[in-house]
Amino acid sequence: MRSGFPLYAAMVAGLLILATTPLYADNYVVRTAAIVAMYGALATSWNFIGGFTGYPSFSTAAFFGLGAYVGAICQRNGIPMGLAWAIATVTVAGFAALLGGIILRLRGHYFAIGSIAVVELCRLVVSSWSSLTGGGDGLNLPLMAWPPEQLMRFFLFVMLGILLASLIATILVDRSRLGFGLRCIHQNEDAAAMVGINTTAYKIAAYTLSAMFCATAGAAYASWTGYIDPTDSFQIVMTVKVVVMALLGGAGTILGPALGAAAFVLLEELFWANFLDWNRAILGVVIVLLIFFLPGGLLSLGVLRRLRAATGSAKAEGGK
Amino acid sequence: MAIYLQILSNGLMLGALYACLAVGFSLVWGVLNVINMLHGSFIILGGYLTFFAWHLYGIHPVVMLPIVAALMFALGFTLQKLVINRVVSAPVLTTLTLTFGLDMILYNAMTYWFTATPRRITLDLGAVHLGSVVLPVDRLIGTGLALAMTLLLYAVMRGSTIGRAIVAVRMDRSAAELMGIRTDRIYAITFGIGALMAGVAGVVFATVFPITTNVTGIWLGKAFVVCVVGGLGSVPGALVGGLVLGLVESFAGHWFGPQQAITAGFVLMLVLLLTRPTGLVGVRGYE
Repeated sequence: MRSGFPLYAAMVAGLLILATTPLYADNYVVRTAAIVAMYGALATSWNFIGGFTGYPSFSTAAFFGLGAYVGAICQRNGIPMGLAWAIATVTVAGFAALLGGIILRLRGHYFAIGSIAVVELCRLVVSSWSSLTGGGDGLNLPLMAWPPEQLMRFFLFVMLGILLASLIATILVDRSRLGFGLRCIHQNEDAAAMVGINTTAYKIAAYTLSAMFCATAGAAYASWTGYIDPTDSFQIVMTVKVVVMALLGGAGTILGPALGAAAFVLLEELFWANFLDWNRAILGVVIVLLIFFLPGGLLSLGVLRRLRAATGSAKAEGGK
Repeated sequence: MAIYLQILSNGLMLGALYACLAVGFSLVWGVLNVINMLHGSFIILGGYLTFFAWHLYGIHPVVMLPIVAALMFALGFTLQKLVINRVVSAPVLTTLTLTFGLDMILYNAMTYWFTATPRRITLDLGAVHLGSVVLPVDRLIGTGLALAMTLLLYAVMRGSTIGRAIVAVRMDRSAAELMGIRTDRIYAITFGIGALMAGVAGVVFATVFPITTNVTGIWLGKAFVVCVVGGLGSVPGALVGGLVLGLVESFAGHWFGPQQAITAGFVLMLVLLLTRPTGLVGVRGYE
C-alpha cells in the first residue's frame, strides 16, 4: 500500500466541504467553517512539536497572539494587509526559533510549564507596553469596507489557505528526514542523539514550524475581527483547546489534528447553542471521556484507521 | 526605610499564603507526576464553602477550617481513586488534559451555583502597629493558619508512617512497591492531601482576598511558579518558593508598579527553570 490516496481524498473532500459552505448556507455556517479552518491550522501546527516530537507544548496562544499584534501594528502603520501577515509570520517564526533554543532544553513537565509561562509572559508584556500595543485598551485595525457576506467569504478562504499550507507542510515533513528524526526524538531522545540526529536543530525546526502558521492565523484573525486586546489574544484556554483538538483527532497523524478541530468546534457550537449554562462542563466531560475511551483519537476508530495508515511513517506514532 | 519594612512584612505574609497554596500542588506533582489543573478550582471551592458557611449560618472561618479540610480530602481521595488513577502512569499530556477537563466541569458548576460575583469575608479585626509597620489582624491570623498548616504537613511527612510512605513512593515507586507499600492508596492519599491543602488555602483566602471563579487561573499560575522556584514535591521547597515569590512580588510591585509584580514572578520562574530546574532547595535527580 503506502499510497497516500485515501489521505489525499479525505483531505480534499474536507477542504471542499468547508470551501463550498457559502454556496448553500448562511453567514453563521460560513463563519463556523472559517473557525474550523482556523483551529484546524492551529492544531495541525501544534502537531509538529506535540504530535511528531512528543513535546507537550502549550505555547500556541503565544504565537497566535503575537502574530495578531505584529500584524495589527504593521497594518496600523500603513503596511498592506497581506504583507502585514507575512511580516507577522516571519517575525514570530524567528521569535519561536530563538525561544526554542532556550526552552527546548527542558523536558516533560518542565517544558510544559515553560511553554505555558511563555503565553502568560507575552500577555503581560503586551498589556504593559502601552505605547506600542495600546495596553489593556487593545488596538483597532483599519476596517474593511466590504459587505459582511463578502468579508466572511474572504476570511473563510484565507483561513482555508492557511490550513492547506499547514497540511502540506505536515505531509512534506512527514515524508522527510526531518519527520523521521522527530519521531525518533519522540520515542527516545537520547538514543536519537546517539545515532547522529541533531536533536537540538530538529526540535527547534519543529517548534518554529508549530509557530509560523499560528502567527499567520493570528494576524488574519486580527484583520478579520478588527480589534484585538491582550486577554483575548493570549488565552491559556485556547492553548489547551488546541491540544485537546489534536488529541481528539489523533496526535502525530497527518489529518488527525484538523479532523479533531472540526469535531471540537462543531461540538462547542452545539453546546453553546443548546446548553448555555453548562457548555464548559459538557466540554469537560467530552475531554474526560476522550482520555478514557479514545486515547488514540478519532483516527484510531475502525473506519478512519485507513487514513492514519495512509502514509508509512504514521505507524511510528503510538510507540509511546 | 520604614516603607521597606512594610513591604518586607507584606511580602512575608503573602509568601506564607503562597506556600500554603502551592504545597499540595507540589506534592501531587512530585509524587504522582501529575500536573493538577484542578488546584485553582479546589482553592476557590474551599473559599466558597467557608464564605457560605459564614454568610448563611454564621460559622466562623477558623471553625470551618477542619470541616473544609475533611471535605476536600474526601473529594480529592475519591477523584484520584475513581478517575485519575486510571491514567496516572500515562504521559504528561494525558494527565494534564484530563485534569483540565475535570477543572472545566468543576469551574462550570461553581460559576453556575455561586455566580462569578466576588465575595469576601470581612472580619474587621483592626490592625497591629509595630513602629511604623501596620499589620492587619485578619491577615496575620491568615498567615499564621497558613504557616501552621504547612508546618503540620511537614511534621506529618516527616513523622508518620503515611508520610514516610509518600516520600518513599516519590523517591522510587517500584522500590516502594517491593517494600509492601500500596502505591495506589498512597496516590489517592497524596491527591487527597493536595486537595485538602488547597481547601485550607481557600479558607484563608476567603478572609483576605475576594473569592470568585475568575481567579482560579491566577492561583494555579502562582502554584506553578512557587513549585518551580522552590523545588518540586517537598514541603520545604514550597515554603521557600512561596516566601521568595511573596517577597519578589511585593518588592517588584513597589518598584515597578503592581502590574509588573506578576511579570517579575514569571520571569523569576523562567530564569530558574533554565538555570536550576530542581528549584532553590530541590534535590538533583528528583525531577
